[in-house]
Amino acid sequence: MATTAQRRPRDLDRLAARLRTVLGEGAVITDRNRLRTYECDGLAHYKVTPAIVVLPHTTAEVAAVVRACVDERVPYVARGSGTGLSGGALPSAEGVLVVTSQMRDILETDAPGERAVVQPGVINLHVSKAAAPEGYYYAPDPSSQQICSIGGNLAENSGGAHCLKYGFTTNHVTGVELVAPDGEIVRLGGKAPDPPGYDLLGAFVGSEGTLGIATEVTVRLLRAPEAVRTLLAAFPSTDEAGGAVSAIIAAGVLPAAVEMMDALAIEAAEAAVHCDYPQGAGAVLIVELDGPAPEVEAQFGEVQRHCRDNKAFEIRIAADDIERALFWKGRKSAFAAVGRISPDYIVQDGVIPRTALPAVLRRIAALSDGEQGQGTEGPSGVRVANVFHAGDGNLHPLVLFDESVPGEAEKAEAISGAILDLCIEYGGSITGEHGVGADKAKYMPRMFTDDDLDTMQMLRCAFDPLGLANPGKIFPTPRLCGEVPGRHKGVHPLAASGVAEVF
Amino acid sequence: MSTAHSSAHGDQPVMTGVVDGVATFDPSGAFDEHRPPDAALVGDCVHCGFCLPTCPTYVLWGEEMDSPRGRIYLMKGALEGEPMTDSMAGHFDACLGCMACVTACPSGVQYDKLIEATRGQVERNHRRPLRQRLLREAIFATFPHPRRLRLLRGPLRAYQASGLQRVVRRSGVLRRLPTVIATMESLAPPLGPSSSARPLPERVSARGTRRATVGLLTGCVQGAFFPGVNAATARVLAMEGCDVVIPRDQGCCGALSVHNGREAEAKKFARAVIETFESAGVERVVVNAAGCGSSMKEYGELFADEPEMAQRAAALAALVRDVSEVLVELGPVAQRHPLPVTVAYHDACHLAHAQGVRAQPRELLNAIPGLELREIAESEICCGSAGVYNLLAPHAAEPLGDRKAANVLATGADVLVTANPGCLMQVATAFRRRGAAGSAIAMAHTVEVLDASLRAVPAETFQKRSLLQK
Repeated sequence: MATTAQRRPRDLDRLAARLRTVLGEGAVITDRNRLRTYECDGLAHYKVTPAIVVLPHTTAEVAAVVRACVDERVPYVARGSGTGLSGGALPSAEGVLVVTSQMRDILETDAPGERAVVQPGVINLHVSKAAAPEGYYYAPDPSSQQICSIGGNLAENSGGAHCLKYGFTTNHVTGVELVAPDGEIVRLGGKAPDPPGYDLLGAFVGSEGTLGIATEVTVRLLRAPEAVRTLLAAFPSTDEAGGAVSAIIAAGVLPAAVEMMDALAIEAAEAAVHCDYPQGAGAVLIVELDGPAPEVEAQFGEVQRHCRDNKAFEIRIAADDIERALFWKGRKSAFAAVGRISPDYIVQDGVIPRTALPAVLRRIAALSDGEQGQGTEGPSGVRVANVFHAGDGNLHPLVLFDESVPGEAEKAEAISGAILDLCIEYGGSITGEHGVGADKAKYMPRMFTDDDLDTMQMLRCAFDPLGLANPGKIFPTPRLCGEVPGRHKGVHPLAASGVAEVF
Repeated sequence: MSTAHSSAHGDQPVMTGVVDGVATFDPSGAFDEHRPPDAALVGDCVHCGFCLPTCPTYVLWGEEMDSPRGRIYLMKGALEGEPMTDSMAGHFDACLGCMACVTACPSGVQYDKLIEATRGQVERNHRRPLRQRLLREAIFATFPHPRRLRLLRGPLRAYQASGLQRVVRRSGVLRRLPTVIATMESLAPPLGPSSSARPLPERVSARGTRRATVGLLTGCVQGAFFPGVNAATARVLAMEGCDVVIPRDQGCCGALSVHNGREAEAKKFARAVIETFESAGVERVVVNAAGCGSSMKEYGELFADEPEMAQRAAALAALVRDVSEVLVELGPVAQRHPLPVTVAYHDACHLAHAQGVRAQPRELLNAIPGLELREIAESEICCGSAGVYNLLAPHAAEPLGDRKAANVLATGADVLVTANPGCLMQVATAFRRRGAAGSAIAMAHTVEVLDASLRAVPAETFQKRSLLQK
């Protein structure tokens, strides 16, 4: 940011001193080694050491931090558990990292009202654990649910395996208290569903920390289903597995989750957690049904039939919660497990129409087999492991490489970008649930026109005219809100037509 | 401030791998060239964060630098030339070494090896504040020396028996003493008459047909403060058909030293133990203290830079088993008599995380007729004992102990069972802090419960014998 480019260390020292008076000595970090432990989130490719890290405990403290940053014109970035996979919490080198990991109280669980009110640092799985005694749970379940925070989930509009049936974070947040980019404490929504007026809550969820910092989140609790049945089906290849997915959905069955892993992903999971998936499988599907027992029972039979019709050579049915957990363990550990079979890898996140699955998978295979990808100088021999939420077409290709071999990292990134091009070509999206963050900002122009991006930028500027809230994320070319955007020489078309106003 | 990596795409930091490998080892930084943490192992961490919720210090403080992946980050910085600062050393010292992160890690990061190497570096290259130094010296002059510990029994027991302990505790004078002294005082378990500490015979013969000849490590704290556990171990092994060899002159196994970066001392202790059991003619070396078992199984690595000794160490390590492992390996022959109690089984970190022994103790307990086994919530999180950690860092150990005690009491069990003397003392102390609520539960080692069942001791008698009975 132009406003901070020439900032001198003295200004930051003054800011740190002010923050210490508000938060106390222990909650403000400026020690170099400590700061460095915060230089990346779950996407460790990108590293920026922040100037200051703060660990607030209350909404008032967050507001005080934001006001101090505004006064000093210092950018700030919010961070939960630091497990994001798009670099959404990548710090600003001359900014403040606001870590919510100590704001971890579950303030209220209102099971009869089907709501929980939590602080942003509360771990996703802890919400379900707190609601479990009353027979309720929190539905969105990212693979990192054992550690990722509700605040981070909200910022990235995180998904998870069960989003096919239950929707993403945005469908499960009914209210939020936030500190706006000017330091004001604002409430959007509450316990009631769908408040009248503009859907500002909808805009805030998934805004990746660019519209403010959530300090209290009201989430939906769902009644735990009466019955849950889970099967693991092994197929000769992803083609047959993809066929089974389409057949299941076409039959009108809406599973809670349909997950697919290909041979390479299975190999990694086996190495990591010994999940003992069927030998020789080219692909496995995990299909989970939940709901009233008779319905689940009837549909479970149907799912098995569709798997067999599509050449499943082995179907295992989880006999109990322990077996179900083992099926899921392989799937949920898959990303990190790839570390066992490759020194380095990129986790990609893209969306395609479910029906395009077999075609896109063949194209990805072609990319890694060395054929030229669309719009890229297609390098060859890069292995790609595939893990995906097959039911809703959310791909997670894992591009494997060895950074110590010169050129491999660049090759891998090219393949990774080519996969996103494929997603766009087939009418999909460059991110399903990990967010744009720092990682995908550069791909935004492949999916959106300049006008689209300028319109989004206007919304952002309405919240954050100074551009201090998580700068450098989402948008490929960060600019000040007063700046005339892009290549436009005249008045912005939306402004000219009175639809929008340039701040 | 700068981005850690130079730019290849305009202003974007360039992608360089996962928690990318260490560029080059720089011995002018925090670490010297003697066994620095392996850079390749550091590079295995993908920074996913799955370790955080099981890390006791992250659970307590929610700070990255006091989490496993944060400490790995600090190691990486140190390897690359960052200096050893008080803050860096403090975050390494704050690690309990519970290894819950090793269990949780989907990428197979060997944090156990990393932290062990790092502790040695801290020990050599960092000067702790005077009080800490004195405390450490005092601890290591006492704990790894069974004879000195046994000498302490007398005064301690007299102190307890005289009623002075109650007076001192009620007076509040402990609150004015340095925390560490107060902690030491409070951790000592109620001690029985000195007859209970009489040394075991050098050989206990198998009942019925002999199925194996095993050696028994009597340990330091176990032997001095919990002699009943060693006696029970010998009895159970004999009743299950083992000749039990109990070498008289065995010393400390070196676990406390190795877990605190005192490599030379650890090797000295380990060498003696290896020599003792090498010549004992045993098929297995049975250990009933989790921390001892875990470090004895790693004797081979301890002597990695002495090839000949490493071989002997590895050969002995291959014989080492926790008592629960050996009993499950052998299979039951002795009759189990009913023991109608509810038991909460607490996984000692160095048994569950470091040795992967979870199923065997549960299997043994479940096989006792009438016994009901209950699981403890958050079982993967350390109780705060962690060797001598509760003496070195009571500010962290105490809240962890309280958390564990609350989870244990929530099971409603009659007896808390675990396989490590440190855990027993730590959780007992936490119970005591809770007053009446805490005194309702008895405590025992797994093998004591089994012993009661094999000898048909009624449950009430067994509970009267419990460690904490007031």
